[in-house]
Order: sequence, then structure tokens, then C-alpha cells
Amino acid sequence: MQTPKTLFEKVWDSHVVRAPEGEPALLYIDLHLVHEVTSPQAFEGLRLANRKVRRPDLTFATIDHNVPTTSDERFQIKDQIAAQQIATLRKNCEASGIPLFDIGSGRQGIVHVIGPELGLTQPGMTIVCGDSHTSTHGAFGALAFGIGTSEVEQVLATQCVSQKKPRSMRISATGKLPEGTTSKDLILEIIRRLGTDGGTGYVIEYAGEVVRSLTMEERMTMCNMSIECGARAGMIAPDDTTFAYMEGRPYAPKGSELNKAVSLWRQLGSDDGATFDREIIIDGATLEPIVTWGTNPGMSVPVTASVPNPEDARNPSERAAMLSALEYMGLKAGTRIEDVSVDRVFIGSCTNGRLEDLRAAAKVMRGHRVQPGVAVLVVPGSEAVKQAAEQEGLDRIFKEAGAQWREPGCSMCLGMNPDILAPKQRCASTSNRNFEGRQGRGGRTHLVSPATAAAAAVAGRFVDVRGWEYRK
Amino acid sequence: MEPIRKHRGVVAPLHRENIDTDQIIPKQHLKRIERTGFGQFLFSDWRYHPDGSHREDFVLNHEHFRNATILVAGKNFGCGSSREHAAWALGEFGFRVILAPSFADIFRNNAGNNGLLVIELSDSVIEPIAEHADKHRPYHLTVDLEQQTIIDDYGLSVTFEVEPYRRHRLLHGLDEIGMTLVHEADIARYEAQHQVAER
Repeated sequence: MQTPKTLFEKVWDSHVVRAPEGEPALLYIDLHLVHEVTSPQAFEGLRLANRKVRRPDLTFATIDHNVPTTSDERFQIKDQIAAQQIATLRKNCEASGIPLFDIGSGRQGIVHVIGPELGLTQPGMTIVCGDSHTSTHGAFGALAFGIGTSEVEQVLATQCVSQKKPRSMRISATGKLPEGTTSKDLILEIIRRLGTDGGTGYVIEYAGEVVRSLTMEERMTMCNMSIECGARAGMIAPDDTTFAYMEGRPYAPKGSELNKAVSLWRQLGSDDGATFDREIIIDGATLEPIVTWGTNPGMSVPVTASVPNPEDARNPSERAAMLSALEYMGLKAGTRIEDVSVDRVFIGSCTNGRLEDLRAAAKVMRGHRVQPGVAVLVVPGSEAVKQAAEQEGLDRIFKEAGAQWREPGCSMCLGMNPDILAPKQRCASTSNRNFEGRQGRGGRTHLVSPATAAAAAVAGRFVDVRGWEYRK
Repeated sequence: MEPIRKHRGVVAPLHRENIDTDQIIPKQHLKRIERTGFGQFLFSDWRYHPDGSHREDFVLNHEHFRNATILVAGKNFGCGSSREHAAWALGEFGFRVILAPSFADIFRNNAGNNGLLVIELSDSVIEPIAEHADKHRPYHLTVDLEQQTIIDDYGLSVTFEVEPYRRHRLLHGLDEIGMTLVHEADIARYEAQHQVAER
């Protein structure tokens, strides 16, 4: 009898080109996604060494980090350095024969939104991108992780990347998520428990009743933030939900090819009796909406709680980190989260910029008005998401509520484009990082789910969305 | 990649855990298309006032640390974004060695690909080094990658672990791509066996 294997081991083992003792394994890459910010130096490196892109047919590019989100500026970028970076990507793709989903093509968007929606992302694949949120694609049972620019260059040149084999962890969420809580709240809760380095050196498999009942987009939100606890990747075994999602996607297998693929994909899940280096079980039924209060994604509390007190820290370094975070965030220990008011709201990003996220936010905002003085930015994750949202009339709901409906891109998740916070502005954000200065120097970020962000936009402060008054 | 065998240099302490790559190199400086020019922006939100003047209270602005080549920091150094610009900025500022209780995975790889030696040491070793760096300005360490030892001028002598493959690459300044292309035949065989068809 064969030794039972985990999902991760199955994907890893089937992609090892060579694994000599004492060296990192050489892993074959099925899909390499490229964007404008972390690729120019890699292409330059190839040119200097007179090397070619080995598999331009397994490489796909888009423009997301830098692109402005206003309809006039996205085609006429004022920031000359950003414009040059984008022009460089276009030139590099053309010279190497790499397909580019350019602005206005109908397929442009955040790299981790378009991969799945185009059917490029498939179960059992190895996927890399010069972006730490590549872990998103693990929702399909792919092994997907972020790499640095030197590794981007390595993959361009060899279609392989050198990797030390990570350890495995399984996090099982039992029960059923209560109404008003989402997979964003669940992953924030997991990161709070593990800490920002609790997953370092691991690939996490998310499992359990809760995860099985999640839609693909909800699963993507979870896997997306795996990196925020330091994990190399997050993965979820593909199932009927996954296969149904794949159907009809432009780059997905079709007809009998799809049936053949599905029968292979069905075998990817962890075998009974497969062992993990670490196992964690979380009770999903007791989850509450989560809000971060500090300067890393592990610093969070339920929306009904108060800002924690550094005097309750477990050790001096945690106390120091809490004090510094409170000072940066302009918060006092003991303040109720529901008494914290916001200046800005950002709904979007590779974490929560998909159609279901926009629907969840629109459902809360429908028939309400944004609190005067609160600036609300809704940024769809891709051109396709934008189009679909407009067909459903979500854009009208947002605009009627007083929010701004923008063009797709990474936008205020990291503020490489003009969408940034002013110093001391406080933002309820559906993105993934609340690091100091992430959304703009001095800006204060609170990570939340799309529903909680939308409720904050209307109330002007954080509220428990479980008690929301939905309007027709 | 510049090899690193034995390095003696001034130590700068950053008493902070979870230093993320957004702090090491904030996003507004990621728009360049070259590998160079990032050193001036290292820790820029901590190092400069919004008007561009130096912040007196930041360690690297202190005269004793301006020439530091060894950084000592808290656990989980380099977490967050995959931006290799962080490794480029640290290297261009002059850092060759970083000491911390732990490092984030992607940063560790990026450092290795840029001749930056990252060494994991226990808290009980890191803390006295950071304290010395504060007290004896300038405080020097000699890091010997061949012998895998770290010594100072006050009697400290510790050994450290480093994966043999990483050590080999750093000692000889070897480029990962060159090393991978040696195995081109293996890659081609994999592609043939697994029918990695053209899309």
C-alpha cells in the first residue's frame, strides 16, 4: 500500500525536476504570472546574460499595481516613473512573446483576480508570481507562492524555481460560520491565533466543514492571506465547487478534456491517514466579525471588543510592539472598537475585490447614505468584475450611497497609484495589510470584511454588521 | 553576486520585531526599473521627515551607525511583501549581514540571491549583541561564513547554522540561474515526460 499523502505532497512531488540531498529541490512551474513592479529587473537580467524566456506560453502578464483607478487617468498616467514601468512591461512582453492582459483589453485586473477568472489557475498546478499574495491561487488546490525578482528571472529563464520543501500544517474549521461573518473574518482570526510568523516554513491546508461550504471566491480570500501568518502557501482541496467554477473559463479545459481533468483533480485531496507536521482545529461557529486595531494583521479583536491593553501583553517585546502600534494608530487601550470612527473606506484588492465581495458590500449599502465626511472608494478587482458588477447594478447602489466607483487595480491596498491615505487618516479596508504607511505615510488601516467596511462607510464608525438594518 | 567569506563591520541595532518589507522599502520607491538606486530609500519613512530631512531619532542616522554593515533586529524580519527591492536597498546601503531570531521565507530567499547573509540566532545571543551595539559605539563583529562563527572584541564567540547549499552559493557568489541551467537536460526531460504542452 502506498503511503498516504497530503494535497501539498501530491502537487509538490509531481513537480520535482530534481531533488538532490542537501540542496533545495528544483520545482517545475506550470503557470508564471507577471506584473509591472517586480519584473523589469528580471527581464533586464535575462538580457544582460543573453538568456531567453523558456516558456512564454506558460507565462501571462497584466498591469495592476501602478495603474490609476480613474477612467481618464488610467490611459494617461501622470506619474512618469509609473508610466515607464508599465511601458517597460509592454515592451518586455512583446519582445518575449508573453501574452499581456493590458488596460482596456477587458481582461486586465489584479493578477490574483484574473488568473482564476480566466481559468489559468487550475487544480494541481504549481503557480508563482513576484507577489506575496500569489497564495490566493491555492484555493484551487494549486501550490502557489510569491517569489522575489531574482526568482522571477530564474523562472523566466528555466521555468523552474529552487525551493526548500516546506513543512505541512492543516487548519480545520468546524461547524458553520454564523450569519454576518465571512471567510475574511475567519482568516483574520486564524492569523491572530498563529501570529504573523506562526506559519513560517509551512504550507497550510485549510479544511473542515466551514471550508467545504465556502464558495471559490471566499476560499480565495482565505488562501490570499496565508502569507500574513508567514506561510509559504495556503491550499484547499478541489471539490465539486471548484470544478463547477472552472467550467466555461476561457483557459480552462473544455468538454471531454474537462471531464478527464476533473477525474485527475478529484484525486488531489489529502489521503485518509496522511499526516501533517502541525494540526489546528478552529470552531467556526463561534466566529465574530473581526477588526484589526494594530500595525500587523495579527493584531485584531472581534468588533464587539475593545482595543487591548499593552499591560496584558505576554512578554516585554509584545508590550513594546503594542505600545508602538497604539501610538501609530492613534488609539487608546480600552476604547470600544464600535466607538472608533473612520475617515475613509476602501473596498477592493486581491483579498476582497471580487464580484461576491462587491455584492456583500452593496447589500449593506443599499438604500443607505455614506456618512458625511467619509470618502469611500470601491475598486473592482478586474475589468471583468467591473463589467459583471455593473450588469447587476451594483455600481448604482454604491454611487447612490455616495461612494466612488472606480476602475480596476490594486489601488489603495498598497497605494502605489494615486489612491493613498493622508497622514492620520483612518481607513476601514478590505485589503490584507495594516502595516505602518502601507496605504500612505502616516495612514491608519483597519482590516475588515467587505460587509463590515460597507457598514463603517454608512455609520462613520465600526459597527457590528450582524445587527445591520438591510434596506430594499 | 559578490561573494562573502569573512566580514568585519559595525553593528546597527533595530529593536523591533516583525519588521516588514513595507518598512524596509516603502511602496512609493518601487517604481524604478533598475536594480539600483534603492539604498537612499532604505527605511525611508523611519529615516526621513516628510520634508526629506533626517530624523535624529532613527538609528541609521546616528553618526556611529551610518557606516554599519551588520544589522541586528527582532524576530520575523522581512515579513510581508515579496519585494526584492528590500534586499537591494539593504545591500546598497552597505549591509552584508543581518542577524535576527527568525526571518520570513521570501525575504530569506531574496537575501540569498543578492549576497546578503542572513543568520538566525537565538534571543539569548541576539539580545546581548543588540545591547552591545547600543553601548559600545561603534561595536564591531567579525562574521566568518567559512568557519560559521561570530566574534566580537569583548570575548563573544558563537557559532551559527547555515544550510550548506546557501553557504556554498554565498561563499562563491554563485548565481542560481546559472546553477539551474546546468540541469537543462533534466528540465527538458521533465517537460517531455509530463507533456507540458504549449498553451
